[in-house]
Amino acid sequence: MIEFDLNGERVRVDIEPETPLLWVIRDEIGLTGTKFGCGIGQCGACTVHLDGKPVRGCLTPVSAAEGRKLTTIEGLGPDADHPLQRAWFELSVPQCGYCQSGQLMSAAALLSQNPSPTDAEIDVAMSGNICRCGTYDRIRAAIHQAAKEMNDGKGGLG
Amino acid sequence: MTEVTRRGFLQGGAAVASGLLLGCQTRPPQARPHDLSTQEVGTFDTWLNVTPEGRVVLVVDKVEMGQGTWTGSATAVGEELEVDPLEIEVRHAWVDDKFDSFGIQGTGGSTSLSDRYLPLRETAARARIMLERAGAERMQVPVESVSARDGFVSHPPSARRLSYGSLAADAASQDRPKEVTLKTPEEFRFVGQDRPRVDGRIKSRGEAMYGMDTQLPGMLTAVVVRPPHAADRIRSFQADRARKMRGVVDVFEIPTGVAVLADSYWRARQAAKQVNLEVERRDRGSAESAALRAEHRRLLQAESGKTLRNDGDTQAALQGGERVIEVEYFTPHQAHATMEPMNCTIDATGQSVQVFMGTQAPGIVRDVVADVLGRKREDVVVHSCLLGGGFGRRFMPDVAYEAAEIARRSKGPVKLVYSREDDMARDFYRPATAHRFRGAVDAQGTALAWEHRLVAPSLLGHMAPRIGGALGPEWMRGFMNATASGFARMVPRFTGPILAHEGAENIPYKVENVRVESVLHDPGIQVGIWRSVGHSNNGFVVESFVDELAVLGKQDPVEFRRNLLAEHPRHIACLDLVAEQSDWGNPGPGRSQGVAVHESFDTVVAQVAEVNVVGSQIRVERVVCAVDCGMAVNPEIVRSQIESGVVFGLTAALKSQVTFEDGVVRESNFDRFQMLRMNESPAIEVHIVPSRHSPSGVGEPGTPPIAAAVANAVYAATGERLRELPLRLQA
Repeated sequence: MIEFDLNGERVRVDIEPETPLLWVIRDEIGLTGTKFGCGIGQCGACTVHLDGKPVRGCLTPVSAAEGRKLTTIEGLGPDADHPLQRAWFELSVPQCGYCQSGQLMSAAALLSQNPSPTDAEIDVAMSGNICRCGTYDRIRAAIHQAAKEMNDGKGGLG
Repeated sequence: MTEVTRRGFLQGGAAVASGLLLGCQTRPPQARPHDLSTQEVGTFDTWLNVTPEGRVVLVVDKVEMGQGTWTGSATAVGEELEVDPLEIEVRHAWVDDKFDSFGIQGTGGSTSLSDRYLPLRETAARARIMLERAGAERMQVPVESVSARDGFVSHPPSARRLSYGSLAADAASQDRPKEVTLKTPEEFRFVGQDRPRVDGRIKSRGEAMYGMDTQLPGMLTAVVVRPPHAADRIRSFQADRARKMRGVVDVFEIPTGVAVLADSYWRARQAAKQVNLEVERRDRGSAESAALRAEHRRLLQAESGKTLRNDGDTQAALQGGERVIEVEYFTPHQAHATMEPMNCTIDATGQSVQVFMGTQAPGIVRDVVADVLGRKREDVVVHSCLLGGGFGRRFMPDVAYEAAEIARRSKGPVKLVYSREDDMARDFYRPATAHRFRGAVDAQGTALAWEHRLVAPSLLGHMAPRIGGALGPEWMRGFMNATASGFARMVPRFTGPILAHEGAENIPYKVENVRVESVLHDPGIQVGIWRSVGHSNNGFVVESFVDELAVLGKQDPVEFRRNLLAEHPRHIACLDLVAEQSDWGNPGPGRSQGVAVHESFDTVVAQVAEVNVVGSQIRVERVVCAVDCGMAVNPEIVRSQIESGVVFGLTAALKSQVTFEDGVVRESNFDRFQMLRMNESPAIEVHIVPSRHSPSGVGEPGTPPIAAAVANAVYAATGERLRELPLRLQA
């Protein structure tokens, strides 16, 4: 049995400890917002937070989550209303949308460390996430917008 | 409402069909049976439903893969129905032969909105009038004194209003108005406005349901262990260890490989590693990228092929030209690399077969699954999920074929999931092509001759039944035959545009002597349609070679093009706009500019790329685009689609390619198939040419010009002409 906190709730899973978090979240727990893209940590579609830090769900064994706090897109903001999620909607960031959970999780991790990132800092934090639809320009703008909103005190950190 | 429609609604997951229900026929006018005022079941491809609860549900046959068709459709409907598009619930339709758009029910060719814009508005206007009439009757006032807005029919003199929902049932019994007057552009509230996408919220919350997210009670996950090459045969296989692994339910052979079924993807994948195939090697064709290049070079010189166009006398003009050049261009194979790997879920255990899949061609999927399972087509229900990228890849039904072969042998519902490696190895690639150009200019720098010989395989050859079946692996024949009628119907519609020479023979430039020749050459690599299809290659070579002629004639690249485009005012308008917005001729410090303009799918796009070259490193800093796509129904979608086309094209221009070694793809995952990332993505500006013409497509046209715009900018920076993708400067 492996036990951890998932989006604020305690979960226990009976599973091989080397199983990647991605497949535990999707197949065992049934939360499908976290996506499978490449399986080798190249695309970032499976990005989740472990104790607030972004990790690749496809490469992180579930054993690494034992006793820790795991956050997925479903737990990003209260009522799915994180400032980043609002900015994503308002600026029409998603196209096919498949990579966007991972993009949002990487962006949220960035803003929790750096409340006012520059373009260059955004590039560094986000270049592990591939978007085949090419929404990078809008992701950048949405991160700035969310950062501004959070710094103005209008939004919560969620 | 008849049983057929009700059944369709229930099958299609739309759940509700009470209240006011109107069908809409969005096929092009010539194919449209007329009287839209009669409710002929089966002639409609789109349904608008106002429920007694006041929900507005729009069921569309076109699928959403990021291109924004849900938003465009909801915008057209919301405008005339007087409902905020964001309040409209859009759903994918079920499969029906009446939904045919290319002879099959499919989404592609950047046609989704261009075909549907007016019919959708007419249907919505009809619904609004029926609601107004029902409201006027209920309030016992003249219909002229009521108006509909934001979900209510109001009677201002008495300050009364009734919700659409409360009127839906009565509205349904109103006569359907034959003639409707549509709003004028001045009256628009939503069309032409920058508005968020209707699918933006669910896609920002992880709530969007893609095929990959299908979960059914008792569902198993299947992965397939395949031979290295699709032509190879499995002689035998060893799976004793795999069968004993935790969670593994079944292991069996199917025509394409050995399927491993388990209670989760990870367990299936682990077990698959323990399956050993004994493979019999078959003829893999001449699928070797290095050898292909040599063969292409030979063919460019040795074969003249089929003449596609022959104006004037290029031979004489080339001999008489003041300055003459002859050059060769090459493009490699490309993968679609949709972010969502291929997958398909089938439950074949019940009375009817349930298929869950994100597909651009649900009609073909239905036929293929029915054929494999030996069921009637009407017993197969396709639930169209959202697509995690399409780009043409999800037009092909090969994954549904495999899933059906697995479902046939499975005791429960089963989801087939491709790994990224599976996805890369079994794509229908953009073909590698080769081009020889010869051109001449006179002493004044005017273009005299344009000769283009191109070598490419037939895309249709790999998609159409007989040729495809003969060239492809044996299993392909099954689905090709299963869908022969669908493909046969599709072929005439696609014969022109789908071929590899689109965008090459119909160049817009006025040159006295033009000759375009096509040499058909098939190295036996499975190819298909890839975002913008032939235009993706030809936009690069044509717009690069025009630039070469401008240089040869010592002309400014924008002026040179303008002078040859007198008969193409849309091209000129785009060029002028892009030149103005990019401040053409005045690049930022350390930067160089390149221009390209290309028409595809009735939309013209001009681009100026600004690059910074340091050593052998090409960095694209800024891309300015001008687009004429007719009326922009949602300018935000137009801009985002053009941006998307640019980034997709930049990946092919600067980074990615697919190469074959003994027929096997070397770029097996994203470590080797490199795509543009955030830190390499330029600032992109999109400017829309104002237009009152009906909307044309925007999903693909942003891609064709970008590689040339970059290559032309690299030439401006370095004097080195790059004639091969991906663009590489010598270190």
